Amino acid sequence: MKSDHHVILRVIGKCFIPLIVIYGFYVHFHGEVGAGGAFQAGVVLAVAIILHSLTFGLANTMRAVPPAFARTLAAIGVLIFVGMGFLTVVQGGLFLEYQALFAEPPGGHDGQHAGIIIVELGVLFAVAGAMTTIFYALAGRVAEIRDEDW
Amino acid sequence: MRELFTADAGPALINIALLAILFVVAIAIARLRSLFAIVMLSGVYSLVSAAWYIAVDAVDVGYTEAAVGAGMSTAVLLGAMLLTARTAKPEKPLKKLGPFLICGATAVMLIYATVDLPGLGDPNAPANTGAGLTYLQVNWFDTGVPNVVTSVLATYRGFDTMGETVVVFVAGLAVAMLLGFGERSLAETLRTAKKRRGKGKEGEGS
Repeated sequence: MKSDHHVILRVIGKCFIPLIVIYGFYVHFHGEVGAGGAFQAGVVLAVAIILHSLTFGLANTMRAVPPAFARTLAAIGVLIFVGMGFLTVVQGGLFLEYQALFAEPPGGHDGQHAGIIIVELGVLFAVAGAMTTIFYALAGRVAEIRDEDW
Repeated sequence: MRELFTADAGPALINIALLAILFVVAIAIARLRSLFAIVMLSGVYSLVSAAWYIAVDAVDVGYTEAAVGAGMSTAVLLGAMLLTARTAKPEKPLKKLGPFLICGATAVMLIYATVDLPGLGDPNAPANTGAGLTYLQVNWFDTGVPNVVTSVLATYRGFDTMGETVVVFVAGLAVAMLLGFGERSLAETLRTAKKRRGKGKEGEGS
């Protein structure tokens, strides 16, 4: 890296990517009490990966987050969501009826909280994985952005 | 003239300013030919409209717009743009007439429709009296989740959300199957770049 004139971009990106990831998880786990939720958090996580690839090059990003991992993550997310639905059926409730999870009286809300968190985790995985896969599919087809294109 | 300086004047001015920015950006997008500038301006458009959603108290919508519209789709459009030419072909003046007429007619219809809309935050609006009110009353006893948006999304409308998740997954799958997963084409790109450059690792990743 002799002629690295994007060094400011790289340093700032390096500072920001962990913050963006933490913010994504904050939005996800805070979705119950504040604005936001798993869909937004998943996109924020994917955006952190995209920022990494924009500043460090796609090859480095694919080494850090392999495309196979991204698409597996998306599939696992959908499986978590659907599996949660069947788990409530096994526990004696309707499909996705979280109240039946712990067999608690109508006043209790533990099942609701656990169900929502797990289901949203599935959404988070699915959205982050699918968005990263889409980005890889599009960005993998072109060479690095040349300086003349900017 | 006196009504201009009431408590509502501040939010109204913010709304007008944000919508004016949106209008200017939209005109600029329509007139530009450079695709790179258009993609960047569409990101700006999403960001400004996200700010506007926040200004009219639609925090969740604004959040989604900022994350998906300004962040994600700008990056995806950038990737798609790099696959094509850098500038759009100029059109004949006569060909612009049709889209202009359609846009004008749609605008007239929309403005005509806004006359009947209830005011912002009107408690008697249909959205606030029907199912919305029921959710607000029932939610806390049913789920104990403070954010009604989340409980409607995950509990009351859990099946819908499952469908949305599957849709997102299928969209990713479809793009990957159409365009490839990116690995092979990237490897090819790297190989040709290496061949062109002659000697290997120098400058890779810069």
